[in-house]
Parts: sequence; structure tokens; C-alpha cells
Amino acid sequence: MESDFIQLDGVEKVFDVRRKTGRLRREKTRVRAVDAISFSVPRGEMVGYIGPNGAGKSTTIKMLTGILTPSAGRVRVAGIDPARERTRLARHIGVVFGQRTTLWWDLPLRDSYRLMHRMYRIPDDRFKVNMARCVELLDLGELLDVPVRQLSLGQRMRGDIAAALLHDPEVLYLDEPTIGLDVISKAKVRDFLRDLNTERGTTVLLTTHDLTDIEQLCKRVMVIDHGRLVYDGALAGLHEVGESERTLVVDLERELPPVEVAGARVVKVEGPRQWLAFPASVSAAPLVAAVAQRYPLVDLSVREQDIEAVIAKMYADRSAL
Amino acid sequence: MGAAEAAETLRVAERAEVGEALGAAGQVRAGVRAYRMIAAMWIRSTMAYRASFAMAVFGNFAATGLDFVGILLMFSHVDALGGYTLPEVAFLYGTAGAAFGLSDLVMGSMDRLGSRVRDGTLDTLLVRPVPVLAQIAADRFALRRLGRITQGLLVLGYALVVLDIEWTPLKVLMVPMMILSGAVIFASVFVAGAAFQFWAQDASQVQNSFTYGGVTLLQYPPTVFAKDLVRGVTFVLPLAFVNWLPALYVLGRPYPLDLPFWLAFLPPLVAGVCCPLAGAAWRMGLRSYRSTGS
Repeated sequence: MESDFIQLDGVEKVFDVRRKTGRLRREKTRVRAVDAISFSVPRGEMVGYIGPNGAGKSTTIKMLTGILTPSAGRVRVAGIDPARERTRLARHIGVVFGQRTTLWWDLPLRDSYRLMHRMYRIPDDRFKVNMARCVELLDLGELLDVPVRQLSLGQRMRGDIAAALLHDPEVLYLDEPTIGLDVISKAKVRDFLRDLNTERGTTVLLTTHDLTDIEQLCKRVMVIDHGRLVYDGALAGLHEVGESERTLVVDLERELPPVEVAGARVVKVEGPRQWLAFPASVSAAPLVAAVAQRYPLVDLSVREQDIEAVIAKMYADRSAL
Repeated sequence: MGAAEAAETLRVAERAEVGEALGAAGQVRAGVRAYRMIAAMWIRSTMAYRASFAMAVFGNFAATGLDFVGILLMFSHVDALGGYTLPEVAFLYGTAGAAFGLSDLVMGSMDRLGSRVRDGTLDTLLVRPVPVLAQIAADRFALRRLGRITQGLLVLGYALVVLDIEWTPLKVLMVPMMILSGAVIFASVFVAGAAFQFWAQDASQVQNSFTYGGVTLLQYPPTVFAKDLVRGVTFVLPLAFVNWLPALYVLGRPYPLDLPFWLAFLPPLVAGVCCPLAGAAWRMGLRSYRSTGS
């Protein structure tokens, strides 16, 4: 039970999309937003769920919260079928939608929390403790009496995260929690989530576009593309999937046509600076020597491939299939 | 999808239905509780600015009262409207206004469902442990709508004072009965109209034509309208039961379409049928939303 705290078994979600093709004609196409996805998340784990736009991330989250009913397959969260017992599940989960607030737009933050207190029937002492903790760690003290619509994006996001946690949920879903936040707000949110996971043992599933979120928070990452799970494992393992590449950046004396050396290809030219990609498994030294020998080299650097590029390549490889 | 999985999905769907049916009473209780909670918060929040609240109530009172001013203007040129005198029309106006005002106060926010579906904020309501219907109905609970009720009741008061009616206990009972039943019938229209917006997100104006349009219709005697329209609001959308039929009984006036006299006593029954129908439409809409996500 504890090892399949969140469990998906062959879960599918099919939408009928109607498209206008004429004045009255409509073409119906079936879209498989989520296609036979299976995974499980043990209690207390913090997992990143990533993929390009429209890959099915949000659809998965919606099925895990009971907003959407799966077309096929089995979903269990804390032993509850979300689609069937949505309101019962609501007490066990916290949800943060990055793009829209769950707070009451026209009311001060404090009023939203007061309403959550009663709506979730949170015991008074728990509410007090949780409020104090969130106010302190998320720096909400001065914002409590400000109407939500007057908060900045970062402030609102912190307010939303607090709102999702007041009822001590066992699972926290975060859909793009750092989208549009500045660097400082992002760091605050990440620190808070890390503490929450280690101190409270809250299970966290987060979707994001910002891979730094994943690098800093999650040991495990799942990659979804075109509705299918294409990777599920350690973050480090992503580098080994497919052929990972490193980049040699060379500054030449002047603008020259793309450098030609064996074992590397030019991927970008910008004035006298050129970017050469070469397999990560190969040493950079012979390549540097070869370039230096034949070209007027001024400066150089070697860049490890970032996770973002690995994933972008993964998507590209898949769609080429 | 394999046959076994299909069967499993079906079983899950059935269990969901049964679960909902069994919990209907519990759902209503939870809904009322949530409604009161949310409405109370909005009242507290409006009361923080008493002066602006007072102005809003007055504005609502005045804006809705203009309708009656229009009727008064008409009667300054004619003695009767469709064969009805001013106090009689005032009686129709007052009962319709009070009934509609009551349902507008409680359910008036329902027409925002379509925009919530469009901008995706409906999802945030679906992850809370209380019924969605209550959350939408109570959202931005506007006590200023008391203005419309007050205005309707004042006109009704005027009618009751001026009208020369031979009151019987039954006729006395009819007045509160039609206001309450009427409010419930209108509330059902609000809910059913909102349910329709799950499929047609821009349909709030269609809904408004039935609610706000409906109450305007009921403020005038049925004799001024075409028979087909009267048939429509009697047998299709049962607005005639809000005030026309019971009010004509109280006024001792002939019914439209030669309807039998006992129809005047049916409003509570009609309201009792409308409620579960609207509830079923709402559940259908919500289920459709949860399977399509749009």
C-alpha cells in the first residue's frame, strides 16, 4: 500500500475534439491525451513530471485529483478512486495550479484561509499551527490583509501553496508552481517544498517547465510525451538515455566558415564563435588539439549538456520515429 | 480498450451513480452548509464597507424599480392593460418580483458557470471537499439583491392594500405559497441554465432570457401575450406556475387557455418536480465536463 500510494494502471484519457471545417460541418477527431500510462509513487517521494506542452501532464494531474474521469485504466490515490470519490479525496490532497489561483480573488488572503479552515473542517489547533508555519516560511505576514487580486504573481503563488497545505494533505500536486516567478521567489518556493517533503513526509508530484525545479527537488523524474511515459527513473539516468552530447565552444580570431574536424559537428556559428557538438563519452582533448592545429584559436570552453537539451533531444528522437 | 477493461470502467461508472443516488440527502446537507459558509464570508466582506453596500442596495432597488415606473407611465395613458387594472398588474408584478428576487439572491451567481468553464477556474472548485453547485451559487453572494426583493414586496404591499379582494384563508395562504414556490421554480431555471453552459459556454445570455426575461413576462397579465407564448411558459418552462395561475385565482380572474382552476394549487408540486430535474441536468452537465474537460 505504502509503495503504491499513488498508482496508475494502464490509464487512458481520450478526448473528442471537434474542429470547424465549414460553416456547419464539424470534423470530429479523437485525441489520446494520455495513453496507457502506468506508474506508482511511494508515500513520501517527491517526483517530477515533465513533458512538452500538450504532452498530457495536466490531464494526468486532473485524473489524479478526480477532476477528470479516465477513459480506461485504474487510478488510486491513498487507496481512493479519485473519479468516484472526488470530494472524499479532496481532504487528502492539496493542489496548486500555477496558472490560476484557488484563492478567492476579491478577498483578503486571510479570508480565503478562514474559509478553507471551515470548508475542510480543520481542527482549530492544527489550523493555527499550519497557518503560523506557512506564514513564517512563505513570508506571508504582511500579505494577509491584501486582496488576492493585488498580490504579485510570486506572492499569490506562495499564498496558493499555503492554502493547499492548511489541511495537512498527504499528497501535494503542483502544476507549474514556479511559472512566471522571479529567481528569488522560485528559490523560496523550492526551499519550502524541500522542507515540506523532508520534515512532513508529504508526497509531492510536480509538473514543471523549469528543469532547475527538478534538479533541485526531485530524485525521480518521469517524462511524458504524446501521452506516453517515455522515461521513469533517476534524474541522472536521463543523460544516459539516447546519445548524450557535450559542446565545445571555440573563439576564433575572425569569422570563418564552419570548422571541419573529425568526430564533431558545428551546431551554431555566431561571428568568430562556434559551437561544436561531440559525443559525451569521448575525451575533449584530441578534439581541442585538432581544432587548435588547423584554426586560429583564441579561447575555448567545454560545456556539459544540460538536462533540458537531453530532454529536447529525446522528444526530437521520438517524433522522428 | 479490451472487453474486460470496458466492463470494469462500466462497473466503476455504475458504482459512481449508485454512490451519488445514496448520498443525495447528504449532498444537499453538505451543499447547504458550504453555501452558508461561503455566503457568510461574502456578507462579512461587503459589510466592511457599509456605505458602499447601502448604495449598492439602493441602486439595485432603483434599477429594478424602474420597471414598475414604466408600468405606472403606461397606466397614465390607459385604464387597463389586457383587461387588468393597475392594482391587479401591481399584484402580478409584486409576486413575480419577490419570487424572482429571492431566487436571484440565492442563485443569481449561477450564470457565471460558462465563464468559469472557459477560463478553467471550475477545476479549482472541483478539488475542494464540498459540492461544486454550492460553491458557484454562493460565489460573490450579493446581499444588494435584497433591493429587488424589497421593491417587489413594496409593490405587492401596495396592491394588497388597494385591491378589493374577498379574502378566504386559502387565498391568504396562496400569497406566500406562490412567492416561495416561484422562487424555487426560478432557482431550478437558474441551475438548469447553468448546467446547459457546460456544453455551451457562451449561453449565459440564453439563460438570462429565461430568468430576467421570464420575470419581465410574469409582471404583465397573460392576456397581453400570444397564446403560443403562454402555452410555452405553462407546459414547457413552467413559469406560469410562479404567479400567473395562483395570482389569477386570488384575483378571481379567468385563466388563460381555459385551464382548470385547480392548477392554481400546483406551484409547490411543480417546484418539487423542477428541483430534481434541474439537479439531474446539473449532474449530467458536470459529468460531461469531467469526461471531456472542456
